[in-house]
Amino acid sequence: MNDSATNETQAGTDAAGDEKVKLLSRGVKVFYGDKQALFDVDLDINENEVTALIGPSGCGKSTYLRSLNRMNDTIDICRVEGDIILDGDNIYDKAVDVVHLRARVGMVFQKPNPFPKSIYDNVAYGPRIHGIATGKEELDGIVQTALEKAGLWTEVKDRLDAPGTGLSGGQQQRLCIARAVAVSPEVILMDEPCSALDPIATAKIEELIDELRENFTIVIVTHSMQQAARVSQKTAFFHLGYLVEVDETEKMFTNPSDERTQGYITGRFG
Amino acid sequence: MNEHIVKSFDEDLKKLDNIIAEMGGMAEVQLADAIEALIKRDTDLADQVITSDKKIDILEHEMDGQATATLALRQPLADDLRVTITALRTASLIERIGDYAKNIAKRSVVLAQSPPLGPTKSIGRMAALVQGMIKDVLDAYMTRDVEKAAAVRARDADADLLHTSLFREILTYMMEDPRTITSCTHLLFVAKNLERIGDHATNVAENVHYLVTGDLPADEREKSDASSFTLVETE
Repeated sequence: MNDSATNETQAGTDAAGDEKVKLLSRGVKVFYGDKQALFDVDLDINENEVTALIGPSGCGKSTYLRSLNRMNDTIDICRVEGDIILDGDNIYDKAVDVVHLRARVGMVFQKPNPFPKSIYDNVAYGPRIHGIATGKEELDGIVQTALEKAGLWTEVKDRLDAPGTGLSGGQQQRLCIARAVAVSPEVILMDEPCSALDPIATAKIEELIDELRENFTIVIVTHSMQQAARVSQKTAFFHLGYLVEVDETEKMFTNPSDERTQGYITGRFG
Repeated sequence: MNEHIVKSFDEDLKKLDNIIAEMGGMAEVQLADAIEALIKRDTDLADQVITSDKKIDILEHEMDGQATATLALRQPLADDLRVTITALRTASLIERIGDYAKNIAKRSVVLAQSPPLGPTKSIGRMAALVQGMIKDVLDAYMTRDVEKAAAVRARDADADLLHTSLFREILTYMMEDPRTITSCTHLLFVAKNLERIGDHATNVAENVHYLVTGDLPADEREKSDASSFTLVETE
């Protein structure tokens, strides 16, 4: 009786949309040399939600994603203006340790890119360099938990010493997710994580994204409208470097406000 | 709105509209013929209506197949999704309108075997109103005209009022001459069928609103059918 009452209260809180902004962007501009790739992006990314970024190639969505953990810093000619605030801290502040930032904001790429190391070492890599584990036993625990969270543990637990590159494409991508999860990030950025995967492997990743949402905030770039519709709660549409529209995913895919969004998601773009 | 990059997608969506246009046209003819059969006591025409109803059913099946295929193969979104969903819903509403027309035709065969009744004239009036609603709502559907759809929706109140007054009129006839009870009962059902057809035309109008705007009409529709509460006292 008491249990069900508590559950109801929790469900009620969820339904009421008790949202907390995890990552806040204000007036974000990105330049590659003289060329401006992103114009004045204002976007709130809620905690424990999946936000999908959609738009045609070259619209700036990946550029925006990469600015969220300062991956753009690795490109010499790239310059970022505006504010990106993670839990109240401006991530472009001079005092910010970029390595630490990328532990808080992890990333999964389009093509699975496991290190040429064992499955175990792939996952243990992050915790080792960040000095998260104090001993072998703790590290074993972290690796197991990360692989479990990535839905890969039962498939690989008997061959943790096998090379990560020997896994199937879908397993490799889940290994990369385990690697990202192992350092306990707060936000996970995913850049078309399923574009190189078959429908079954894709479904597993999508199911995983839905589970990960409980503990992480997820931002995903995808070219598949159906995938954005399936996995995200919010969808943001980028076009020609501008954030055109952001709304509840259901609204975006049944009745978007902007004609450009409508044109893009229905396949009418010129 | 621009055409789709994949042109055959436009053709698929056009097909959905074409099926609605064909079904709607048939339902209009079916209802007109059923009412004519009733008023002119033409049982041959009534039989024709009864057999022709199958054609609407066949088209509804065609819509089921076409819309399902569009959903599965095109995975439509936004207005394309609404076009597909609305076509599916509208087809089933039109199919129901066809069923009511068929039922009126069936009852007209029975009514033709008894002496003509006075309220039949009022039935003609109500039918004319409802037929106008169907015609206009189908036009609104094809031209995506929200205003016109709203006007149809507003006219349903008139259909309800006519139904209530017909209900009273027919009950009075029955009380005055119990020998007319059988025919009058059939006539009551005819009136009820017309009232339901008006409701379905209204539902189509609401679908048109959803199709164009993505929302249902905001205001509650006025309910004017008081026949469920009508009591005609005996002297």
